[in-house]
Formats: sequence, structure tokens, C-alpha cells
Amino acid sequence: MSATYASGPAPERSFVHRRRRGAELFLLLLALVVGIGAYAAVGLGVQGRVPADIVEYGGWLAGLCLACHVVVRLTAPYADPVLLPIVSALNGLGLAVIHRIDLGYAKSHVNIGPFAQNQLIWMTLGVLIFIGVLVGLRDHRRLQAFTYTSGLAGIVLLLLPLLPVVGTDINGARIWIHVGSLSFQPGEVAKVMLVLFFAGYLVLHRDALALAGRRFAGVDLPRGRDLGPILLMWLVSLAILVFQGDLGSSLLFFGLFLVMLYVATERPGWLVVGAAMFLAGAYCAYLFVGHVQVRVDAWLHPFAASSNAYQLVQGLYGMAWGGLVGRGLGQGDPTITPLGFSDFIMASVGEELGLTGVMAVLLLYGMITERALRTALVCRDAFGKLVAVGLGVVFALQVFVVVGGVTRLIPLTGLTTPFLSYGGSSLVANWAIIALLLRISDQARRPLPELAAPEDDATTVVQLR
Amino acid sequence: MNKPIRTMAIFCMLLFIALLANSTYLQYVDADHLNSRSDNKRVRDAEFSRERGAIVVGGTSVAKSRKTKDQYTYQRVYTQPYEYAPLTGYFSYIYGRSGIEASQNDILSGSDPRLFVNRVVDMLGDSQPKGGSVTLTIDPKAQKAAFDGLAALGPNVQGAVVALQPSTGKVLAMVSSPTYDPNRLASHDFGAVQKAWKKLNANPDRPLLNRAIQEVYPPGSTFKLVTAAAALSSGQYTPTTKVKGGTSLDLPLTTTNLVNENGSNCGGDPITLTQALEVSCNVSFGSIGLKLGDDALRAQARKFGWGQTYLAGLNGQAASQFPAHPDAPQTALSAIGQFDVAATPLQMAVVAAGIADGGTVMRPYLVDEIRAPDFSVLDKTRPEVYRSNAVSASVARDLTQMMVEVVDRGTGTTAQIPGIKVAGKTGTAQSSPSRPPYAWFVSFAPADNPKVAVAVLVEDAGVARDAISGSGLAAPIAKKVMEAVIGK
Repeated sequence: MSATYASGPAPERSFVHRRRRGAELFLLLLALVVGIGAYAAVGLGVQGRVPADIVEYGGWLAGLCLACHVVVRLTAPYADPVLLPIVSALNGLGLAVIHRIDLGYAKSHVNIGPFAQNQLIWMTLGVLIFIGVLVGLRDHRRLQAFTYTSGLAGIVLLLLPLLPVVGTDINGARIWIHVGSLSFQPGEVAKVMLVLFFAGYLVLHRDALALAGRRFAGVDLPRGRDLGPILLMWLVSLAILVFQGDLGSSLLFFGLFLVMLYVATERPGWLVVGAAMFLAGAYCAYLFVGHVQVRVDAWLHPFAASSNAYQLVQGLYGMAWGGLVGRGLGQGDPTITPLGFSDFIMASVGEELGLTGVMAVLLLYGMITERALRTALVCRDAFGKLVAVGLGVVFALQVFVVVGGVTRLIPLTGLTTPFLSYGGSSLVANWAIIALLLRISDQARRPLPELAAPEDDATTVVQLR
Repeated sequence: MNKPIRTMAIFCMLLFIALLANSTYLQYVDADHLNSRSDNKRVRDAEFSRERGAIVVGGTSVAKSRKTKDQYTYQRVYTQPYEYAPLTGYFSYIYGRSGIEASQNDILSGSDPRLFVNRVVDMLGDSQPKGGSVTLTIDPKAQKAAFDGLAALGPNVQGAVVALQPSTGKVLAMVSSPTYDPNRLASHDFGAVQKAWKKLNANPDRPLLNRAIQEVYPPGSTFKLVTAAAALSSGQYTPTTKVKGGTSLDLPLTTTNLVNENGSNCGGDPITLTQALEVSCNVSFGSIGLKLGDDALRAQARKFGWGQTYLAGLNGQAASQFPAHPDAPQTALSAIGQFDVAATPLQMAVVAAGIADGGTVMRPYLVDEIRAPDFSVLDKTRPEVYRSNAVSASVARDLTQMMVEVVDRGTGTTAQIPGIKVAGKTGTAQSSPSRPPYAWFVSFAPADNPKVAVAVLVEDAGVARDAISGSGLAAPIAKKVMEAVIGK
């Protein structure tokens, strides 16, 4: 790839990507119809009337989305036009569902929440970060300079919850930190940091990782000493698993690293080695970590009297109760499922919007991944490619782990559902991810500047114009 | 780097396909199974707060849903709770459903496929789905006669009455005593419901039990109808065939003898088969049983429905029993309805109805019509032949004549209806010396054009032992029920 880049832009100049900002605006309006319409439907379903604050709420949501659009128009005019509308629709839908759960709790006098207000504030913060990234970062390659800084930051963030004072144990997983009244899931931000770190590191070292090694049974296996980084990463994910009891994050980080390693080196051997190591680690964790055992047992036998699977089972019942088209917003009982506004928000969507709604949401997630990978394909620099692939795959993995957990495809783990579930750290981090993707995509699709052929003549040519 | 990126794109696509397939399985393929699980609070709440269809008898609702102001919106109300409890069953949030409420739940709750169009219309109109109503085959006059008849024997009488329409199998009356008030189990005051439930289950008389179908009892002399049917069907006997009478029958392999009730001699030795049935002669039927053998008796019993459950519309029917390998003395005892022979009151009514209908046993059923919430008829049960040749038409004619003799001048005179020919058979069955005998009466009328067949069982009426007999306790109730149906 880097060879193509150095050989000059000649073959790419013939094709210029269209900006398609008009299409983005149109899709964004559709997304707003989804978000605001869902909010109105929730009011109608639960209280029998359109919420009184629909104008303020809708105005705020529309303002945020349009602000994003304007910033994209100004700072990243060639960026992918589909990403922003998709995440706006997901975020709006998530807000409506959280609001619906709030109303449900209020109706049955459960003293939890309300969350929707906070979520809107977090979304505003997320949008500000989004704007900040696009305005402040005009070229994603500058991030390459912070490779080790982000690596260090990522590790520190991951280990923070283990510290005695700030870390808190919630539902058996130690993945939260508390400062004052604020709680924060640092893993979400660490995710972005680690993608940047892996990308920067692999760009530098991929040749060594790619070329050395020997062939065994048709697969190129890496050299023993090159296994160093993968071993380190394996130990870090095991540590997360064992000390934080968080199967999901551990799978996420290790999977992310493996995929980026594979993409950087083009050697499937890494995947084979890594997958084997992950399976071995996961099996040992199942044998020796009580928390993991409970989760796996609940997954295998959710209806057994002994299994600790109330939440999972209620989520399954909710989705089954929703059926093909759902009960309709405000007409189901999603409050029965514990955490129906955060970890189990997909069960709430399934109950009230049915299989149709679940499929729509999954397809939106799939499109985000597809857009990220497409960006990686057209990106001209290795660092950008790796970052885009990393972000796209981490997104897909996270959706798979959390939705698969809720729908009993795999054991349940405590990850957030991107853009849907309640949680500030996740929302802010995901908006930052989208901003990064848009930045890379803008760079990738932007027509190359005219380059004057001989270096020594360049100054005179420019001055003449 | 583009090749691995494309590979990863395929990998991610597989992840999403797995998620899509799994949600489809969960929300479409497996949804019915998950929805039918008993600990599924959503489904229970929804059914409990739906406008449930009525259970209708003779044009009036015996169970219906009334609007309330609490969170469940509707309260199930039973208008004649005690009389109809064994049929309607209860509809309780905590303890689920029983009776018709359970067996016809799909219709009553509105989830039956036959109500699909109504559900779609309700959904489009944004109104809650309503349940359809169920009309029972019960004749309210017969039901009342049976209920009052049992109640007249005392407040704690244990017994059951079943009346059938011989030509169709319609259940015209089904009463069990003691009974209970399903309103107390359907209440939305769950504390009170729990208390009522505990009390009902602690009651040694078991009021929640539907004695008409859920429990088997020794049929005693009423089983002689089956023995007589086997005898006539074998070709070795006619109503005038002389059979052994007298005071006692020496049982083979034992030192004991089989004797008659109250030590009678059955009016001689030998006597005709008709006379043997008329006076309910144990000696005669014991010796006939020995001659026919247990296989012939069992085969005849099976033809009437022993060992099978066939009632349509209500769950929980117990199968009547005939011993598998009786020795000779046990066969003789079985022939007179003792030893391990046991039958539900419904089974004995089926025997009477089969004889009344010329040997054809119709499948008994309880649900006549199913109606949509707008009262249009969705389904009407068609009578179904259960056993076309339980006995031949000529055997049925002979048996009918013999049963008429029983009522005209035998043990069943208390069931006589002026101007109507009644066919019947009494029974007084011993189970153990420690408990009172069971009083039975099975009958049908009019004998020449049967409109109703009845079985009455009085298990324990709390009266003195020598006052217990089929003719004394059970026959008058059967008479009232027959009169109610015939309209006398």
C-alpha cells in the first residue's frame, strides 16, 4: 500500500468523488423524522398525547444534527454522506426508548431515572466533541505522532477501575470509575485510544511482523520473537477478564488487536494463533473465574431454576412478546427487564418495535461498519486505513457481543449498545469515532491537489499564479 | 492491505447475519414457545387485563369480564359460581386457569387463530383485542335440577351428576359436590386469593376436584349393565336365559362365597337374566362373569370407553379402569363392579347413553358454539361417533327392556316418571369397610325415544349406613334431571 502511495497520484486523478452533502442533508432530515417521531409516539403510547415539550425537544435534536451537518460541510466536504444520518437516527431512537422507559418507571413508581434528560446532555457533549474533532483535526495523519501517548492513555484508562478509590464494582464487573457524583466507563474511550495506538505501532512494525516467519501446514506462522506484542495484548485482555470480570471488553480489545494485526501484515497466521490463544484463555477463565462461569451457565440453561438469568430471560420474553412488528412504542412492558434502558435496550426495542425494529437497527449498525471499511479501502495512507478498519471492526464486534448477548447467541457481557443505550462515556466516545471516520473519509475522497512535476520549479510556478 | 480489509468486511457481514438470524429465531420461530411459558409475566398480565370472552349457558353468561378501575382493567365474574364452578373453572392471576377457562383459553383470551381477523381489526383500530365467547352444551334446567338434587342431601355431600344427550353426546348437566366459588380465586386482591386457595386445598373434601370426570369410583351394580351387555353379545344368553340365582356363589380358589345384598335369594334358582338384573343379583352376575371370563368383560368395557379419555372440551378426564389380570374369584367380583373396577360418573353416563342410542357411543362434548366478540358464530361442534358398535342394536334393545323392568318393578322404582318409560340401574358399591358405600344410579328416558341419559354418584352424604342405596339417594336426583330435560 505504501508503495502505491509513493508512486504518485496519476491513476487516481481521473476519478473525483462527489461531495454529496445534499444527500446527507436529506438523509439527516429522515433521521430526524425517526428520532422526533419516535419521541412523539412514545408520548402517544404511554400518556395518550404528544409530549408537551416536543417542540423544544425536537428543536434541540434538530439543532444538534444540523450543527453537525454544517460543520461537516465546512471542514470535511468530501466525507461519507451516510454516517452522520445513521448515527443521528440511532441516537434519536435511543433517546426516545430511554424516555419511554423513564415514563414506564414513573408510572409504576420505580425510583430510577429519569435518564433521557441526561442522555440528551451527553449527546450534546458528544456532538461538541464531534465538532471539536472535525474542526481541530484537519488531517488524521497528525494523530500518528501520538501513537505511544494514546497507547499509554488507553492502558491507564483500562486500569483505572481497578484503583481502590475511584473504581466501582457494578453487577460483578469492575469497569466503572466514580469521581464525585460522576460515573464513567473508561473502557469506551480506551477503545479509541487503543485503535490509534495499534494503527501507529503497526504502521511502523508491520514489515517485520509480515515478512519474517516460517510456513507450517500451509499457514505462514510468525516468528517467535514477533509474538511479543500479541502476547502482551493477550495478557492485558486476560487481566481485564480476570480482574475486572468483563468478558465483553476482553473479547473486544483482543479481537480488535488481532484484526488490525492481520490487516497490517496480510498474514492470516496471526488470526489462527490469536484465536487459539483467545479460546484457551476464555476456557481457562470459564474454569477459574466464578463470574464468567455464572454468565456461561446462564447462557446455556437460562430457564433452569438454579441459573442466575432473570434479566436475560425477561429480555428474551420481551423480544418474543414483541414478535414481528412489536407491541408499539409505549404499549409493551419493557420495564420488567432490568436495565432495559442501557445494556438491554435492544430487548426494549425488540419488544416495542418488534423484529422489524431490531432488524432496522442491526442494518444501521451494519451500514456503519460497511462505511468504515469502505473508507479504509479508499484511504490512501496506511495509518488511516488501519484506523478506519480498527474503528469499523471494533464497532461490529461491540454490536455483536452486546446484541448477541441479549439475544442469547453468546454469553451475556456488559457492553453498551452504541448510540442507543444510556451512558455518557459510550455516547461521547462513539461520536468521536464517527468524527474520526468522517475525517479519514474526507481525506480519502478529496481530490488530490495538483502537484507540480519537478521539485525545483515549484516555487516559481506558484508565484506566477 | 485491501485484501484483508475485504476479508474483514465478509467477517463483519457474517457477524451481522448471525445476529439477524438469531433475532428472527427468537422473535418469530421460538416466540410462541417463549410466550407460552408459565413464568412469563408479560403474557399473563396482558391476558389478565384483556376483555375475556364470556362462557354462556342457555343464553346467559355464567362467566364474564366486567370493567374495573384497577390496573388490570377487567375483573372476571362468575354469576352462578357454585353451580358451574366444576365447568367454568377459575381464572386466577396467581394460580392460572382450570376447567373451560383453561381448555378454551385461546378463544376466551382472543389469541385463537380463528379470531385472527378480529385481532388485526382491533390492532388497526388501536383497541385492545377482545376474546370470543364459548357456548356450552349444558341445559340450565338439568344443571339446576342436578345441583339442587345433590345440595338437598346436605351441605357437605360428596357426589357428582352427569347428563348426556344420547343421540349427540352433548353434556346436558355436569355437577360436582362439594364445590367452590371461583370469584374468590379470580379476585384482584391477591392476598385474599392466596388465603382462599390455601383453604380450598386444605379442605379434606377436595372442593376443587371435579368428581364427574377427574376421579374414578367402584361402579358396583351399575357395572352389571356392562356384564349383561357382554353376556348378550356373546350369543350364549338372551334376556330369558336361565342363570344361577340363590343366596350364594361358591368362588373358586377360595373358601369364601359371593352373596347378595341383604342376604336375599334373588327370588329363586335358576332365574332369568332379566330378573337377575331387576333384583341386581350378585350371584347371577358373578357366575356369568366366571363363564364369560375377564377378557370378554374387559373387551366390552373398552367398547364403552374404559381405559380411554374422550371428553371433548374439558381437560383432566380420568380413564376408567378394569383389572388387567384378575384370577377367577376376582373376575367374579369384577363382573359385579367390585374389586379393581373403577369408573368416572361420566363413564357410567356414557354406558347408559350408548345403550339408549342403540349401541352407538357418541363422543361427549361440552362446547357447543364458539362466537367472535361480535357474536358471529365461528365454529359449532358437530356430534361425532366415538364407537359405532359398542353393542349391537338388538342387544341394546334387550338391555333397554331389561332396564325398564328394573325401574318398573325392580330396585329402581324411585326413578319412575308418570307417563314416561324410564330405563335404569341402581348400584351400591362397597370400597372398604371403613367408609360408607357409594350410591349409584344410571338411567335414560324416555326408553322408547331417549332424550337424556344420566349417571348419579353419591360418594358420601353423611347419612346412616343402612340408609345408603342407589335407589334411595341417587335415583330421585336422576329422576329430577330427566324430568328437567324431558320437560315434565
